[in-house]
Amino acid sequence: MTTRTISFTLNGEAVTADIKSYHNVVEILQRDFNLTGARESCGQGMCGCCTVLVDGTAVSGCLYLAAFLDGTEVRTIESLADGDKLSPVQEAFIEAGAFQCGYCTPGFILMATQLLDENPDPDEDEIKHYLSGNLCRCAAYPEIIKAVKIAARKRKGE
Amino acid sequence: MDAPAPHGQPQAGGQVGRSLPRIEARAKVTGRAEYTHPMRLPGMLHAKIFRSTAAHGRIISIDASPAQKMPGVHRVVTSEDVRRVIPEPYYGPAFHDQPILAIDKVTYVGEPVAVVLARDPHIADAAAQLISAEYEELPAVFDEVEATDNQILVHEELRPAGTFADLKHLKGRRGTNVALEFKLRRGDVDAAFAAAAHVFAHTFKTQKVLHAALEPIASIADWKESGLTIYSASQGPSIVRTEIARLIGWPENRVRVKVPYLGGGFGGKLYIKLEALATALSMIARRPVKVALSMEEQFYTITKHPSTFRIKTGLDKTGRITARKCEVYWNGGAYADIGPRVTQKSGFTASGPYDIDNVWIDSYALYTNLPPAGALRGFGIPQLVWAYESHADMIARALKLDPLEFRRKNILREGRPHATGTIMRDVKLETALDRVAELLNWKQPLERGRGLLRRGRGLAIAMKAVISPTTSVANVSIAADGSAILSCGTVDMGQGSDTAMVQIVGDVLNVPAESIGVVPRDTDVTPYDMGTLGSRSLFHMGHAVRLAAEEARDKVKALAREVGEPEGSNAPISELFKKKYGMQAGTIVGTGIYKPDYVPPDPANGLTPNATPFWMCAAAGAEVEVDTETGSVRILRLVNVVDCGNPVNPAIVATQISGAALMQLGFTMFEKMQIDAGQVTNASLADYKIPSVLDVPPRMENEAVTAHQSNGPFGAKGVGETGTFCVSPAIANAIDDACGVRLTELPLSPEAVLRALRAKDNKELEDQ
Repeated sequence: MTTRTISFTLNGEAVTADIKSYHNVVEILQRDFNLTGARESCGQGMCGCCTVLVDGTAVSGCLYLAAFLDGTEVRTIESLADGDKLSPVQEAFIEAGAFQCGYCTPGFILMATQLLDENPDPDEDEIKHYLSGNLCRCAAYPEIIKAVKIAARKRKGE
Repeated sequence: MDAPAPHGQPQAGGQVGRSLPRIEARAKVTGRAEYTHPMRLPGMLHAKIFRSTAAHGRIISIDASPAQKMPGVHRVVTSEDVRRVIPEPYYGPAFHDQPILAIDKVTYVGEPVAVVLARDPHIADAAAQLISAEYEELPAVFDEVEATDNQILVHEELRPAGTFADLKHLKGRRGTNVALEFKLRRGDVDAAFAAAAHVFAHTFKTQKVLHAALEPIASIADWKESGLTIYSASQGPSIVRTEIARLIGWPENRVRVKVPYLGGGFGGKLYIKLEALATALSMIARRPVKVALSMEEQFYTITKHPSTFRIKTGLDKTGRITARKCEVYWNGGAYADIGPRVTQKSGFTASGPYDIDNVWIDSYALYTNLPPAGALRGFGIPQLVWAYESHADMIARALKLDPLEFRRKNILREGRPHATGTIMRDVKLETALDRVAELLNWKQPLERGRGLLRRGRGLAIAMKAVISPTTSVANVSIAADGSAILSCGTVDMGQGSDTAMVQIVGDVLNVPAESIGVVPRDTDVTPYDMGTLGSRSLFHMGHAVRLAAEEARDKVKALAREVGEPEGSNAPISELFKKKYGMQAGTIVGTGIYKPDYVPPDPANGLTPNATPFWMCAAAGAEVEVDTETGSVRILRLVNVVDCGNPVNPAIVATQISGAALMQLGFTMFEKMQIDAGQVTNASLADYKIPSVLDVPPRMENEAVTAHQSNGPFGAKGVGETGTFCVSPAIANAIDDACGVRLTELPLSPEAVLRALRAKDNKELEDQ
């Protein structure tokens, strides 16, 4: 199996990685960059634990082939905070107690961020439908919905 | 002034009672929290498992040569290789019945048979698919009741482990699938049935479901001649250390188990799971080996017990229960895991939270040719409550009694003896029931819906005796600058234990909880704990942590006296150290050990005056709308009220109740492992649906009643499981109330509801 080198921007930094055609995004992030915020869980794109943003769009990192990252801009949960300053969505997740074990949390936070970028003032149904592709076995769903509402207010400076 | 409370007294402005966010919250929202599944060690090999395709069969041959030849494969391992490094490779908490890799025969579809090791997990995976095995297939048994006739034996001989003090009476047996039978005999059941005005008998079943922790089970072992280090997603590092030390014949001080945060546990990451396999592989390969399951493989590893519960109740003409007979069959799968303890520890509460003079309980742990079953958030209690609370409504309905009044008439009250003979203490069960009734406005008639949509409501109550006897140990160290750090083996898998424990330390030391450090779990450093299971940690470890902090506080006071500080001086701790050692130097260590009193049940009749240190109590109510044309059920409202004593962290308690209730909602409405001739046919989250945000009922209320557990740390007791107990029967009772059909088997799928509706109208649906 041949190895090829891809170049992409990872959390604002130009990087390269040697990959095989079968490697997915999650394993490259973990193996080459020690970024473990995107995690494998269901392995089928059903749970969202592996969510990363590629050119601004959320993808399932366990299904998305690393080869497709060549020339793209990749952002992971690790880039969301500005130094010590958490993003409004991260702050809201803490305030609302919107997680227990935390394994799915990066995926929910990235999806919630993308939701608020598209729709700064979602109602409860819009929040539920937008996040229905992410799973939380601790079932912190009521708190997650609350967190998104808090985050929406924070982003509007309220 | 009152004497100080012996177990810590919550006070206004104290650390206990704060709704502090989880102390690891920042690490979790920034993706920096550590878990085992993504963890890597330099030079490590990945293991991929080749699994049995036969439910029961003798292994005739294993052909590993195509896998061995694949470029990049380090080697293939079978049980022969394992036995060269671990001669007796059998493990299990109750029985030493489970081989690290199958030996001579396989006992379920999915059992590990061989392993491929490679640096690249993709190569290991591809190579594992090239292995083939030939089996002489044997007849298999899958049903827990059929297993009792012992026509097909899963194991020729049963080998008790002797680990637990209360299972010491188990002897090695041959010719049976019954791993354990628990009996309770109170009063004279036969005479009471003969004298009863009414007798009701029903049978209830539960299905096989999965923990589905989103972090799949994973372990890394790094064996060196000097010592073994295991990194594991484990709820019980101390037990893992003990079992691994036993398997490899080493003292425990050469076995180190390190546990980061867990991506969910729910009982699925207890006892040995992958640690023994990873250890054997690392001993063979002489380098670190990682075994990390896929979601699919979790379905073949540990599950929840399916059950059959035959329950029979006698009542006098006023509706007072006079006798109850319970026969419970637990489908433990091919290896006992903790099933025998489920059978006993939950079995003894099978007659429910009712005051009954004559009780007969038989509870059986059965081996079958299915993936093993163990603990899953409730330790058997949700299966029992499903039966006894559905049964309660069926009785009330038949006797035309209000379900609430029927429960009130028979409920087990404070100061009365439980079926075991243990006197009930600190049980706010009736308060919880009354609160549910109040929230549901039970006295007012419900709006019944119209047309095809019918509405109904139901309720249920339950209690659980926390598992006993178990031990916890903790250390609190105070550094020379006065800062404190806690070492305890309780694993934070999302329940918020680290946060609760530092609140207890902070309260004792009178410093903010956030200022207390927590040592990551590492058996070289963190002292013994029985395990993070059965809602025991807050009570048992909470006491150990309290005692450790109190000892540290008392040593600080002694140091103050020693360096000549007047009584009641406010000198900072750092100053005391400086005065004593002449510079910033020294450490104070406080240790706390907690093991509650307990009297094991008499094996002859199951009776004991002290079955448990505390009772968990729950009540729930549900309002549903049934579409009588499709059988689909909408849960309009779900109310859970628990007694957890005095909440150490009210906000986290509320999320525990809510999360537990929603998990049980999945087990109630749709989750089911579909099994065809022993093969799980829906082993993925694409085919096995777990609750999503869309399954949250539009109205959900979670409350803890005002309570104080008199022997609990700061009046608290555990709550991790309590929210699961009542959900299933409350919903089934509401469905019956809505449309007059009674389901006796979980899940309450639209198909099951529709079939029952059609059967009621004598228009039965044909089977596919």
